[in-house]
Amino acid sequence: MSTNFLNTSNLPFCKGCGHDLVSKNTAKALDMLGLDPKDVIVVTDIGCHGIIDKALNAHTVHGLHGRSVALATGVSLGVQEPGKKILVFLGDGGATIGLQHIIEAARLNLNMSIVIHNNYLYGMTGGQTSGLTPEGFRTTTALSGNTFAAHDLCALTHAAGASYVTRIMGIGDFSDQLAEAYKTKGCSVIEVIELCPSYGVKFNPNRKLRDIAFEAGKPEGVWTNDRPPFNGSDSNFKEKYLKPNVKSLFDKLDKINIKYPSSLNKGYSIVLSGSAGEGVQLAASIITKAALSCGLNATQKGSYPVTVGVGFSSSEINLSPETINYHGMDIPDLVVATSEEGLAYSLKKIKQMQGGILIIDQSLDVPITGAKVIPFDFRSFGAKNASIMASIFFADKTGIIPRESILDMMESSGLAAKLPLEKILAALDRD
Amino acid sequence: MQKNNSQESVLIDGSRLMIEAMARAGADTFIGYPITPANLLYLYATQRFELMLPAPDEITTIQWMTGLAATGRIPVTATSFPGFALMIESINMAYMMELPMVIVLAQRLGPATGTATCGAQGDIALLRGMYSGGFSIPVFSPSAYSDSWTMAGEAVRVAIKLRTPVVLLTSKEEVMTHKNFDISHLPEITATQMKGFDLADEYRTYANTEDKIPPFLAVPNNKHQIRITASTHDTKGILQHSTEEAIDNTLRLQEKTMKYLDDFTHYDLDEQAGATKLLISFGITALAALDAVNRMRTSGEKISLLTIKTLLPVPPVYYEIMDKYSNIIIAEENSTAQYSKILFGDRLPKNVTHIGTFGRMITPSDIINGGAE
Repeated sequence: MSTNFLNTSNLPFCKGCGHDLVSKNTAKALDMLGLDPKDVIVVTDIGCHGIIDKALNAHTVHGLHGRSVALATGVSLGVQEPGKKILVFLGDGGATIGLQHIIEAARLNLNMSIVIHNNYLYGMTGGQTSGLTPEGFRTTTALSGNTFAAHDLCALTHAAGASYVTRIMGIGDFSDQLAEAYKTKGCSVIEVIELCPSYGVKFNPNRKLRDIAFEAGKPEGVWTNDRPPFNGSDSNFKEKYLKPNVKSLFDKLDKINIKYPSSLNKGYSIVLSGSAGEGVQLAASIITKAALSCGLNATQKGSYPVTVGVGFSSSEINLSPETINYHGMDIPDLVVATSEEGLAYSLKKIKQMQGGILIIDQSLDVPITGAKVIPFDFRSFGAKNASIMASIFFADKTGIIPRESILDMMESSGLAAKLPLEKILAALDRD
Repeated sequence: MQKNNSQESVLIDGSRLMIEAMARAGADTFIGYPITPANLLYLYATQRFELMLPAPDEITTIQWMTGLAATGRIPVTATSFPGFALMIESINMAYMMELPMVIVLAQRLGPATGTATCGAQGDIALLRGMYSGGFSIPVFSPSAYSDSWTMAGEAVRVAIKLRTPVVLLTSKEEVMTHKNFDISHLPEITATQMKGFDLADEYRTYANTEDKIPPFLAVPNNKHQIRITASTHDTKGILQHSTEEAIDNTLRLQEKTMKYLDDFTHYDLDEQAGATKLLISFGITALAALDAVNRMRTSGEKISLLTIKTLLPVPPVYYEIMDKYSNIIIAEENSTAQYSKILFGDRLPKNVTHIGTFGRMITPSDIINGGAE
């Protein structure tokens, strides 16, 4: 006989399977809550329980093994209408694979009910041990009894912050308990304890469901947290996470007008190398933008270790009066090395140079190179200003772009106000 | 000489262009887990998409995206190989469910974690075989910054139109390099809408319509029951073993992609009269190819250039173009000739030369020297 939520009473489970009771009690509980089947989305996992889909009159989403809670999270975040119910069905295998997803749903307190059909083993694949198999429980892969204790899903999800957590013995009519969990605002986690008739009963004869749970230290119970829910239809979510009036990323870009001349008549490649925290990338950006203000084409890219706060920091800049397609770099025309780490990083390139210029801090040993070497004290106003100082020095020494273009970019970016600029310029002018 | 005379010149990176283009094309959601070199995409997404949420890992990323897509949102993410590898089963799921999304894959040097801050073009073979059954995922590969704009928009359009995941394949050098660029001449991108459904009709989530694209209804719907599944299913979305209807439904996924391949085939062909040599490239290497061709022509060599933007499935027109040349050079930044082998199999024909590097960009000189007759 069909109900509002089930189109048949002949559900596709083995005789005596607890999944049958979970489905029928769920249908009853949803009726008790006055929900319409089209207000309910049931997301199912892989496992015996997952074949319930075709018997449901609700919307159904059937995904991958262990990922149903994560999939349902997306649904929960996307549903904007209030009054919709999201149910997730999964087994103890899916819960083992997807434990992080369940913890995450509890942490966020997502508006969904997660029903774990825990029959203590993997039923669909032959009765193997799962992460929820109690210690001592026998399975096809633990004939002498499972060696390890099971995860306590209720304790884990309660600690993570789910609003409502309960463990239910899957015996008889437990629709009242399900309805109580399903009406929760926020995340409710329902662990329904079952015995698989094909494998659990066979390998653990004469053991009672309630006794197994009790001996495992996981009896029935209800645990709650008083927390606000998080979901797509919640006003708190909409206010905090939906940005209906986002602006174009182009609005934040500085349009650079051509104001200065450049003497460059062919491509020119520059490497700035120093240490993290010494303004290398900032100086490279200033030079690149200044070059644009001189009508040049430019590319710029940084290179640094994954730990961006220590070690070398380097940047490659290509300048050209012509369109730049390929923006890699073989042997640079100019290298600026302002620290030991920067010098070490660019040493191979410096040694390959048969011409060009090496601008190097005077504290560093000059490597063998075919480049013209110009030493200078870039660190006299602190290491953090070394690269910035070098960017002005570069303009002065090469004449490719005027010093004013560099200073202009420092001014417009607000950098100038943070620098001892007069002292830096005075030091440079003394050179 | 092409002086930068633009008064609209800005310093921009490929990541910004891609995110802006995708947002204008109709993507409204970004779910992601940060990974180098895709971090700029992630950063811009926080500023540009109506909904942006950080996921705890890349499997979760695609799962959340799929759930959101089921409710009618158009999600995007960005990752690199280590994250993409985790995503593959879930992208298969979204493909079977016929839900749209775009995955930006910023390539870096592998295998495994490899070098996060070194570019590469090493994930092409993976993309070719990522669907069980050998089915095809549309893969677009921008090279010039103008392509970062148009192909990103196209990726969203195709994802929506075909109800399918799409990969926008890029690399570290494209998404992290700043370059002067004139944004005032970018072509307009308009948002694409999902194929709708007349609510008066009977709804089947996977109806086999003439155009191969089932109409879409978001969950939940107050009138029609919606069934979405990643398992083999009939047109109603009910799990089946291997019934004729279910097998036909699965085969329709590939038929759908191939039916519209012409519609999303994009390439640039610069043919030189009298040339017998054709240089083929894509992505970041296409920029080196452009310079190489210019230099070769300046030195008197005749050569044509095919810049591929629709990487997969391979459009038949590429073979028609190649058939006109006796000497074919394929430049790609990997050591294993991945795209070359996709085109020609493991034994490359004698008239096909692969130019590859591993751990560094291919230079114009690499191409000129490697392609010398």
